[in-house]
Amino acid sequence: MPDATGLELIAHELRESEGDEAVRETVFFRGRGTIEVAPERIRAVLAHLRERGFAFLASVHGVDYYPHEPRLGVHYELLDMARVDRITVKLRVPTDAPEVASVTADSSADAPGGPQRGWPTADHQEREIYDMFGVVFQGHPDLRRILMPEDYEGHPQRRDFPVGGEPVAFTYNERDALGPM
Amino acid sequence: MSPTEQPTLSDYRQREQSITLAPVTQQIVERNAGDTSEELLTLNFGPHHPATHGVLRLLVTLQGEIVRDIKPIIGYVHTGIEKTAEDKAYWKVIPVVERMDYLSYYFNAMAFCGAVEKLVEVDVPKRAQYLRVIHLELNRIASHLIWLGTSALDLGAVSIFLYCLRERELILDLFEMSSGARMHTRYFQVGGVIEDIPAGFEGKVREFLKIMPKRADEYGAILNANEIVLQRLRGTCPLDADTLLSLGVSGPLLRAAGNPWDLRKADPYSSYDDFQFKIPVGTVGDNYDRFAVRLAEIYESVHIIEQALDGLPEGPHITTDRKVALPPRHELATSMEALIHHFKLVTEGFRVPPGEVYHPIESPRGELGCFVRSDGSSKPARVHMRDPSFVNLQALSHMAEGSYIADMIATTAMLDPILGGIDR
Amino acid sequence: MEVKREPLGPAAGLGAHVDPGALRVRSLNAHQLLRGADMQGANQPAHLKGTELERYVEERILTTTLDKTVAWARSNSFFPLAFGLACCAMEQFHAAGSRMDIARFGFEAFRASPRQADLIILAGRVSIKMAPIIRRLYDQMLEPKWAISMGACCSSMGVFNNYALVPADKFMPIDVHVPGCPPRPEALMHGVLKLRKMVQDDPDMGWRERYDAHGTEEILGA
Repeated sequence: MPDATGLELIAHELRESEGDEAVRETVFFRGRGTIEVAPERIRAVLAHLRERGFAFLASVHGVDYYPHEPRLGVHYELLDMARVDRITVKLRVPTDAPEVASVTADSSADAPGGPQRGWPTADHQEREIYDMFGVVFQGHPDLRRILMPEDYEGHPQRRDFPVGGEPVAFTYNERDALGPM
Repeated sequence: MSPTEQPTLSDYRQREQSITLAPVTQQIVERNAGDTSEELLTLNFGPHHPATHGVLRLLVTLQGEIVRDIKPIIGYVHTGIEKTAEDKAYWKVIPVVERMDYLSYYFNAMAFCGAVEKLVEVDVPKRAQYLRVIHLELNRIASHLIWLGTSALDLGAVSIFLYCLRERELILDLFEMSSGARMHTRYFQVGGVIEDIPAGFEGKVREFLKIMPKRADEYGAILNANEIVLQRLRGTCPLDADTLLSLGVSGPLLRAAGNPWDLRKADPYSSYDDFQFKIPVGTVGDNYDRFAVRLAEIYESVHIIEQALDGLPEGPHITTDRKVALPPRHELATSMEALIHHFKLVTEGFRVPPGEVYHPIESPRGELGCFVRSDGSSKPARVHMRDPSFVNLQALSHMAEGSYIADMIATTAMLDPILGGIDR
Repeated sequence: MEVKREPLGPAAGLGAHVDPGALRVRSLNAHQLLRGADMQGANQPAHLKGTELERYVEERILTTTLDKTVAWARSNSFFPLAFGLACCAMEQFHAAGSRMDIARFGFEAFRASPRQADLIILAGRVSIKMAPIIRRLYDQMLEPKWAISMGACCSSMGVFNNYALVPADKFMPIDVHVPGCPPRPEALMHGVLKLRKMVQDDPDMGWRERYDAHGTEEILGA
């Protein structure tokens, strides 16, 4: 794992190459480092970390930080297989403007950062975050719901979405719980 | 796409058509230099089909019998496990999370318990770690046996299915002996295991370990000498390690392609570094290598269990930190503190300091990670399981493109998808 | 200790106007639903007369040996639909394995196609995406057909009482619910054998017989 100083070094490098506003915060917690970045810079940050050796994107998952704004977070878990290092990159977007650039596809030659390789592993995982949280990934080749039915309304994993469920059908409330058959 | 436009609110059938036929047809036409005479057929391998890998739906676009594109559609057994877990105290999340990847239930529990133990900063005693390793490796063998049985069933070798179930019954008997249940045992708790193993457990495990390699030899002998199995598996649907890495694939699929990445060796957890074992690695990365790697892993797991039993240390089976683990029942009659701890733990549960942690382990299908975010209360604020099958499924279309339908079936079998983990 | 059981009625303090026969909880099985019995289960043919009554009796009460033979044959040769959803499917495999052999009862022919099957064992949790598909499968099965809901998740909501699941009773009629999470293969066999008895029109009242508790069913919506 990059220790605390290693984490600060990485953050410093990122600030140098991407600009000061790219890295918002670094957290070193329980032996693992987390870098919070600005959502606009995510592709560039991941590309930079890939150069540094973190070439395996292990997981992309979403978190709802309700009630702290900005609410929706996306975490990218990176793994450096050669040095057995892990680092987390996270970003947060508000609910009223939940757009993040998708890291799945390769960017074309005329994109601002030049041609960059994408991370194909993020395909289904970004779709799941869209389905469960409502984060819209711009540039994703096929952003549809993946786990819920296609015409489902609502984003279930948000903290203000009710857990739902059925009243348990005992004999005394069988008719009400199960409804007309 | 503007942020206000919902991409899902259009006609269902229309969307399905536009996903598969149009872009792929264009590619085929371009590839065949403008020849539009070849017709493409989209076949639906519906959620209910006899190749029993659960309710996986594949939209396969075929040119003749050659597969041109596969679009997996999942979500048919989506259970909202992560949402349910946010509603329950930490120790109640363990049975919920166990039911995710329903063949490797100990691994799900291990990932979650490992994450919470990191957050709470509690030490797991050595004996508990060894017991965990024994049960994890037994679960790995059981999972590989079902994989072998159902894959052989897909290929047509029906008797292997019954043989593998016979062995799995022995393993489930062992689980029943140690925890009381055959599946979803709630044996792993935060801080250790819920109960020490009973007398006679070690003897029974050793009996099993004597039989298992011989049985695995039998399966190898039957399948490796079978011309049909070899023809269907050798050379079909290979994929190189670099593409697999970019797709995020880990586990036996990656090892079959030649990359010896195994979290038990690379980043040992729960005393795995105390044991000597080899990592089976393939060369070509085709279906036969995936099959051979998993079969060889059974032997390695047997070896690990033997070493764990030989070196099983004495000691407590769960952490002695009473704020996290229940006190033993005999203390409740004599100690007031034990009673209070018991009461607090059972009613409210233990509180976990706020923070976020991601704990990865090596499950039979690859890297199983558990992300837990806690906000200081007794219920987790977010539990996410990074399931290996969910990520590995993305490799299916890359693997099976350009091969025949029969090869696609064999590849799906060798991929070892578990829909409970994919859909969560 | 002797347990005294009294039939419900004035002795139980319910008042003289309550008729114990009317209190029996109707356990609806797929049979009855398909034949149009209503929820109130007014199975007393008091209002039917003459030929209607005869036909009613013919349809519902097996009097002929031929009917009995047909029922016996059907019950001993269920063709289950090979349909496993989640963890319960693993235990279903074990029920078909060699230790807890489902073949010794005659049920080993798991058919892949619903057209050829007459028993659907819902093994596992039913999500909202899967429910219409299962309903379609059930509709494609030919009469006579039965359904077993295996496990807690499809019988009630099981461990996961949340937005994503549907209990199977909501969209299809179920004959036997097998509790457990997952139920042992022996439990599944018990459920299948209960269904077999039901098909032979000898419904197994289970514990009520063993404890001589007929007539002590609960009041439904008094």
